[in-house]
Amino acid sequence: MGRIVLDKVEKNFGEVTVIPPLDLEIEDGEFVVFVGPSGCGKSTLLRLIAGLEDVTGGAIRIDGEDATAVPPAKRGLAMVFQSYALYPHMTVRKNISFPLRMAKLDKAEQDRRVEQAAAVLNLTEYLDRRPGQLSGGQRQRVAIGRAIVREPGAFLFDEPLSNLDAALRVGMRLEISELHERLKTTMIYVTHDQVEAMTMADKIVVLQAGRIEQVGSPLELYRAPRNRFVAGFIGSPKMNFLEGPEAAKRDAQTIGVRPEHIAPSPSEGMWKGRIGVSEHLGSDTFFHVHMEGYANPITVRSGGEVAMHHGDTIYLTPDAERIYRFDDKGLRIV
Amino acid sequence: MARAVTNQRKTVNTVVAWAIGLLIFFPVLWTVLTSFKTEAEAIADPPLFFFFNWTLENYSVVQERSDYMRYLWNSVVIAGCSTLVGIVVAIPAAWSMAFVPSRRTKDVLLWMLSTKMLPAVGVLYPIYLIFIELGLLDTRVGLVIVMMLINLPIIVWMLYTYFREIPGEILEAARMDGAPLRNEIVYVLTPMAVPGIASTVLLNFILAWNEAFWTLNLTAAKAGPLTAFIASYSSPEGLFYAKLSAASTMAIAPILILGWFSQKQLVRGLTFGAVK
Repeated sequence: MGRIVLDKVEKNFGEVTVIPPLDLEIEDGEFVVFVGPSGCGKSTLLRLIAGLEDVTGGAIRIDGEDATAVPPAKRGLAMVFQSYALYPHMTVRKNISFPLRMAKLDKAEQDRRVEQAAAVLNLTEYLDRRPGQLSGGQRQRVAIGRAIVREPGAFLFDEPLSNLDAALRVGMRLEISELHERLKTTMIYVTHDQVEAMTMADKIVVLQAGRIEQVGSPLELYRAPRNRFVAGFIGSPKMNFLEGPEAAKRDAQTIGVRPEHIAPSPSEGMWKGRIGVSEHLGSDTFFHVHMEGYANPITVRSGGEVAMHHGDTIYLTPDAERIYRFDDKGLRIV
Repeated sequence: MARAVTNQRKTVNTVVAWAIGLLIFFPVLWTVLTSFKTEAEAIADPPLFFFFNWTLENYSVVQERSDYMRYLWNSVVIAGCSTLVGIVVAIPAAWSMAFVPSRRTKDVLLWMLSTKMLPAVGVLYPIYLIFIELGLLDTRVGLVIVMMLINLPIIVWMLYTYFREIPGEILEAARMDGAPLRNEIVYVLTPMAVPGIASTVLLNFILAWNEAFWTLNLTAAKAGPLTAFIASYSSPEGLFYAKLSAASTMAIAPILILGWFSQKQLVRGLTFGAVK
């Protein structure tokens, strides 16, 4: 139903190469997240799959068939846009039923599917309103409703939550995950937020400058990043990177340790430093520790309620098993 | 906290707004009132407001002396046709500039608008001579062409700004939803573009209707629209205030009525609540 294969897909805008030739396989029913910093080409990649942009080279196959030259309408994919892209002059009901009207489904079936989608998305009482009369979260749900009624081969989400406030974002994240559990349809989700990627994905595709840096499950990427970019991008707060003597001691250009893999202690440890800013989240505390000879502070995670403060001396002991080593090209040394 | 507007303040605002409105409207009202006076009452000092001998005489004299209907028809044809041709030319132009802009789009727009900064009288001679050569002087066709060209920059600019407000993602959404180009245009694009096109048409019609410089200079008896009709009553010798007022009233009435009924369209409508 929704197996998508990208075969040496390439995209140039004029002289500028946005995506150099790239291969990727997305299995049916998978929840794949494209993640990367802004401008990394993740949205362009999604638009290539959607057919909203033409590829410069390579082929896109959907369920084994070459879809490279197939117009977006015929690819059997549904898309949820960052701006929701609802039709402002239509009611919620008309918005959701639009793809069904285009597919010339009979009226009774249209109504049935719209009612069903509305029930799933808690939109029943808003069916006769227009998009302008809805809140951001409701509009987002209408956009999703418009996508699900078609029963598409795959859903494409282009940063769908970035216009929502933080609390709503967490709620919608869960709703989309639940939707995936229920529908078991392929979903491709673009975001720059690694937390969204980690929490929702079956498979994460990390992109940088149009190139795939690594593909894997969230925990694979977390445990075994292939290079420094992925190591720094996945995980929150970011991995700490140290160069200089500590790295040289371990035959590396750079070493990386995640904040949660460093044990802080007020009395003894491998590295000595001074606490700068500390962020108390209740459940956790993050210390930003300044170490002599290192320009950037090191972030360390500690328990929620610890009696260490700004200016205190602190000792840090990294978990030897979890120190990542990188060579001068940024690749991980295994 | 929102600023509380007291009732007293509201009343004051209302009174002031009405006063300003009446002040602006007064010349029009005075013209209409004068058109119902005799010539003697029209110049009476102190001026007479409502208590004079209401008469329709001026209207019948004006109608007798000059053929109002012919001027009216000329106005309708010139304003209507120039607007129609202008819109047909401008829609594709504005469309391509709004949806497939090139590096020079902004420059082209500015250049088009800059032609409106040129004093019209500066090109009067060349155009007059061209009109003589082409036999367009005092023809409706000639005026339609000139009016269309004069207002084209404004039409393109207005349509461009309206089209720019239609988010490209909505059209892409329609494409993703399986709408072929025809349905995309019929169900999504047109409903969103129509209010903009309608107000552009109305404004352009009004501009063409009121235009006096070219209509006065390029017409004589045959193709003259209502502007020429009014002008023919302003003569330096003799006092014809009442008749001039009657002629003016008859000239502005159609466009005033049109404007009244379409004010909703003229004020930018349709809020785009669908995006962000």
